[in-house]
Amino acid sequence: MNTGIDVVQIQRFGAFYIAAARLRSMAKWKSIIAAVDIGNPLFYLIAVGVGIGVLVEQGSGTSGTSGIKYIAFIAPALLANSAITAVMDETVFPTIEGFKWRKLFFAQNATPITGRQIALGVYLSALCRALFSVSIYYILLLAFNVVDFGSSVLLIPIAVLGGGAFGAVILFAAAIIENHDQFFNILGRLVIMPMFLFSGTFFPLSSMPIYLQPIGWVSPLWHATELGREAAFDYGVSTLMVIVHITFLSVLVIVGLFLSMRQFERRLAK
Amino acid sequence: MSKPLISVRGLTKVFGDFTAVDGIDFDVAKGESFGLLGPNGAGKSTTMRILAATSTRTSGTVEILDKDPEKFGPLVRAHLGVVPQQDNLDGELTVSENLYIYGRYFGLSKKFIKGKIEELLEFAQLEEKRDVKVEALSGGMKRRLTIARGLVSEPDILLLDEPTTGLDPQARHILWDRLFRLKEQGVTLVLTTHFMDEAEQLCDRLVVMDKGAIMAEGSPQGLIKEYSSKEVLEVRFGSDRNKEVAPQLAKMCERMEILPDRILMYTEDGEKLLEQIAAAKMHPTTSLVRRSSLEDVFLRLTGRTLIE
Repeated sequence: MNTGIDVVQIQRFGAFYIAAARLRSMAKWKSIIAAVDIGNPLFYLIAVGVGIGVLVEQGSGTSGTSGIKYIAFIAPALLANSAITAVMDETVFPTIEGFKWRKLFFAQNATPITGRQIALGVYLSALCRALFSVSIYYILLLAFNVVDFGSSVLLIPIAVLGGGAFGAVILFAAAIIENHDQFFNILGRLVIMPMFLFSGTFFPLSSMPIYLQPIGWVSPLWHATELGREAAFDYGVSTLMVIVHITFLSVLVIVGLFLSMRQFERRLAK
Repeated sequence: MSKPLISVRGLTKVFGDFTAVDGIDFDVAKGESFGLLGPNGAGKSTTMRILAATSTRTSGTVEILDKDPEKFGPLVRAHLGVVPQQDNLDGELTVSENLYIYGRYFGLSKKFIKGKIEELLEFAQLEEKRDVKVEALSGGMKRRLTIARGLVSEPDILLLDEPTTGLDPQARHILWDRLFRLKEQGVTLVLTTHFMDEAEQLCDRLVVMDKGAIMAEGSPQGLIKEYSSKEVLEVRFGSDRNKEVAPQLAKMCERMEILPDRILMYTEDGEKLLEQIAAAKMHPTTSLVRRSSLEDVFLRLTGRTLIE
């Protein structure tokens, strides 16, 4: 007989075992991840700080951004967007790899680990990666004097929540698709790009025509950005809207994760 | 006889309007080496995935270690080692890391796994590759690592789906040697194969599957005795003449199969039959006397060769 495997313990911690294995795989790419997570914010901070930001402020001062420096105005959005990108990288690729390319999920599912735990483990490891990316971004914001240390620390959990909301939905999408050839094109060009442009990232959502504003309303990026602005510099978001933003993001997390876990289980049991 | 480790009754699996497994029954006893032999598409892999407690069944009952794998998946899987048809190792991680993370999925302690890794690396003859990324391994090495990975939890039953498909002859023989050692240690093996030599080497008992159904069951020798003659004479007259001479040959043996390139004649004494053919002034371009194999059993049962 075998070594007395404790199935109850696996039921409790299985998702963490999966997450630990995912983090170990990510660690193999540590130099690339570090280069991207440091390089990307630097490019934005320099381009906006000494370029676009100067131009905007010459044109209209800070009147269009509630008296906030332009670079500071877009910082919470950049932070949330970096969380979204990180979570997307660490959910979409592992999921397609797990089901199709290397079929790692089938190997994991041949142990006492369940499909639900695999989904949750992949998701948790993606959140860890987002936390890492966002923390570096935040340190650079401090270094460039874009935000002051204080309540702006809340930008970190807010960005991770935004990334997590988007990630939970995208995890479900990645688990559904059988043919992934066009998936990346559609996701990158028709989802990520418009979301980045139309979520109140570079200008307040209210300055867009009303018929374009719904893009922001359904975008986790907008909700996370508004929360971030409020946390970092009293942007004037009402308490009601703070609750709305948090609720919207939390609902995406819960619903997306629920659907993902169910889909993982079903697809593995076919 | 003690209770079987695996008991399958009326197992059926339907995908849409395709019946992959069509009401099969079998038992596997503790310490036994049991094989599912059949061509591609016979339903072997589907059966294996149900035995592995990962795939659901359409109807029938399955009991593994007294439990229904559909109801107690994690509990049943805790006692199984699974070697899938396609190596699903993590190519980015090293050989020892692959064993380590897999052991963690069984909730095993770090200390236990560390010791186990040494043992398994030796078993799989991969000691020198321990810190090599899996991507860089040869096909045979990956296969041995996949089997080693399946053993990390000291399973009661090892399920192997086509363990040597795609390997060169030397790699196959190394693998057979490893599996034979496991068998000697008393590990219960369940394997699928479409290689009759593999089934003859490794299986104490097997079922011949075709189109989702079991055609026959027994030991390799028993099946050969029951469904074939002692010897087989293979003769070739050239593809055009094979058909012409067939009626004459048919009178000389118990049974005959005409394949596109050769004629198989079933007999108790192949040499004697060959002399008769020569005496009848028929001169095959080539001839070969051999012992009957499971391939002949399959041909008899289904009218088709195993690998087409």
